Amino acid sequence: MSTINRYAQQISAQVLSNKRVGQYHQILISVGDVVKYCRPGNFIAIAVGGDNSSMVLRRAFALSRVSDRGEFGGTLELIVAPHGSGSRWLCSQGEGALLDVVTPLGVAFGIPTEPVNALLIGGGYGSAPLFGLAEVLKSRGCHVDMILGASSSSKIYAPLEGKRSVNSLKIYTEDSSSGIPGRVTDSLEEIISEGAIDVIYSCGPMAMLSAISTIAQSCEVVHQCAVEESMACGIGVCMTCVLPVRQDDGSIAMKRSCIDGPVMDGANVAWEVVGKIQETKE
Amino acid sequence: MSIDLSTTLGPAWFPTPIFTASGCASSGRELAQFFPLKNIGAVVTKSIMVKARPGRPTPRMAETPSGMLNSIGLQGPGIDSFIANDIPWLVEQGARIIVSIAGETVDEYATLARRLRSVPGISALEVNISCPNVENRGMVFACDPVSSRAVIDGVRRIIGGDLPIIAKLSPDVTDIVAIAREVVNAGADGVALINTLLGMVINTETMRPHLGGKTGGLSGPAIRPVAVRAIYQVHQAFPKVPILGMGGVRSGRDAFEMILAGASGVSVGTATFGNPRATLDVQEELEVILTEKGFTTLRSAVGFAHRQDRQDRQDSPEMSGE
Repeated sequence: MSTINRYAQQISAQVLSNKRVGQYHQILISVGDVVKYCRPGNFIAIAVGGDNSSMVLRRAFALSRVSDRGEFGGTLELIVAPHGSGSRWLCSQGEGALLDVVTPLGVAFGIPTEPVNALLIGGGYGSAPLFGLAEVLKSRGCHVDMILGASSSSKIYAPLEGKRSVNSLKIYTEDSSSGIPGRVTDSLEEIISEGAIDVIYSCGPMAMLSAISTIAQSCEVVHQCAVEESMACGIGVCMTCVLPVRQDDGSIAMKRSCIDGPVMDGANVAWEVVGKIQETKE
Repeated sequence: MSIDLSTTLGPAWFPTPIFTASGCASSGRELAQFFPLKNIGAVVTKSIMVKARPGRPTPRMAETPSGMLNSIGLQGPGIDSFIANDIPWLVEQGARIIVSIAGETVDEYATLARRLRSVPGISALEVNISCPNVENRGMVFACDPVSSRAVIDGVRRIIGGDLPIIAKLSPDVTDIVAIAREVVNAGADGVALINTLLGMVINTETMRPHLGGKTGGLSGPAIRPVAVRAIYQVHQAFPKVPILGMGGVRSGRDAFEMILAGASGVSVGTATFGNPRATLDVQEELEVILTEKGFTTLRSAVGFAHRQDRQDRQDSPEMSGE
């Protein structure tokens, strides 16, 4: 039976810095010892709006970078796009602000025991958790290629220090504002075969994850994707963030992306029926 | 001086009046990561049906001002798995258990009652006759007095006097007192007030209903005054019928308000999504408030807002004696 991340704790975290990076905010928070249990792919659920806020639900963010060293002890870096009222509130929190957070949540990316050729694919600021992942993979001797895509160059998140943690980086934009015109999936088959890719890690919009899954399956490459589905609680009690996932017996079960994900095996997600599962009367 | 927080719902006794709310705590496992489940009054489990059920398509959620819409559609494992896995686990935790049941027909409720009546460790049954997230709105038994009565009558016949039955009612009716009368006459030991209100959000980008199920149940602080009103009305009409109050409670103050209106117990629901510890926080805050107001027992505060106007000036909690 799938269960909540057994290291999850509700704690008070202090904002150490909040910098604007292009269209996003890079927020560093101090979380203390819980950092020891935080892995790339895990996420954090943050209460927004302060006491008596009219925003009653937590907001979930992927952990971008995890560090247990440095003068502030355990820290987490989050990349936040100020798109909605909750994320705008979070982006307005300055140094010293205290946040009510629950972390680490969810299933982390699986790390291979042997050095392999890994391809990391990010859409928009979905690239955020991939840079932390790249560091871990590199430390295990993996070869790490990365491709990032977005509608426009301003929506690509690729910090300078992140670029150093990968062997190669290709950028795609749909409006040709930087890198290669088009989408990350345009030449994916060639990239997989030329790089002798063993495993793909991806994070970004669901349509992108679905397209990558199709190609990964035809190329017989393992695909670990971090899904995104709107969540109310992040801890497994509300049942809103479910995705249809194929079981061993061929049946489809609605799985919570906060508990059984966010990292899932792309081959098991029934992408064609996401948002379409109807009630069945037996 | 410590205050006596204990309460009863019919023959069932609970050490505190603060419970989780059905559908907002799953079967308790996840919340146990944040506080010991035995420390609260009871865990009210997510409504269970006879068969496993996948629920409605996504998106299933939309945040609204001081609330949210949900459209889960009673996703769950079915009664057999629930009895085999969830109940024994809750018993192991030392939690008191209120099992919420939901059916599509009167017979299904009776079947669920039959399966549950001999299961050890259950304190009460919450009979959810008011879930709005079903394909056929005709299934909302609680919108119709005759259907409400039929379900409770069927469950009562199976259960006998073994377990207290609490009927969960919908606020989406003209006269909730009339529905409460029917279920009490049919043998309900108490009523749970209120389930969510039916609502809708239209996505102005796609220009279509946002939820996969189109409509959803509105919960959270936005609906609290509706809940307080319903509790007040039903307590006024039937002062001896225990009420489990719920709807937007997120602080001890909110729970106290429902108790003043007439609730003997209070469930904390949507607040748990924003704060996993909410149920325990509400309980601790309530204890402080009751003490500050001079109550020595929870029971003496139940329905205190109904005391006679002419006594107001002299009335103090100590004099309110039952």
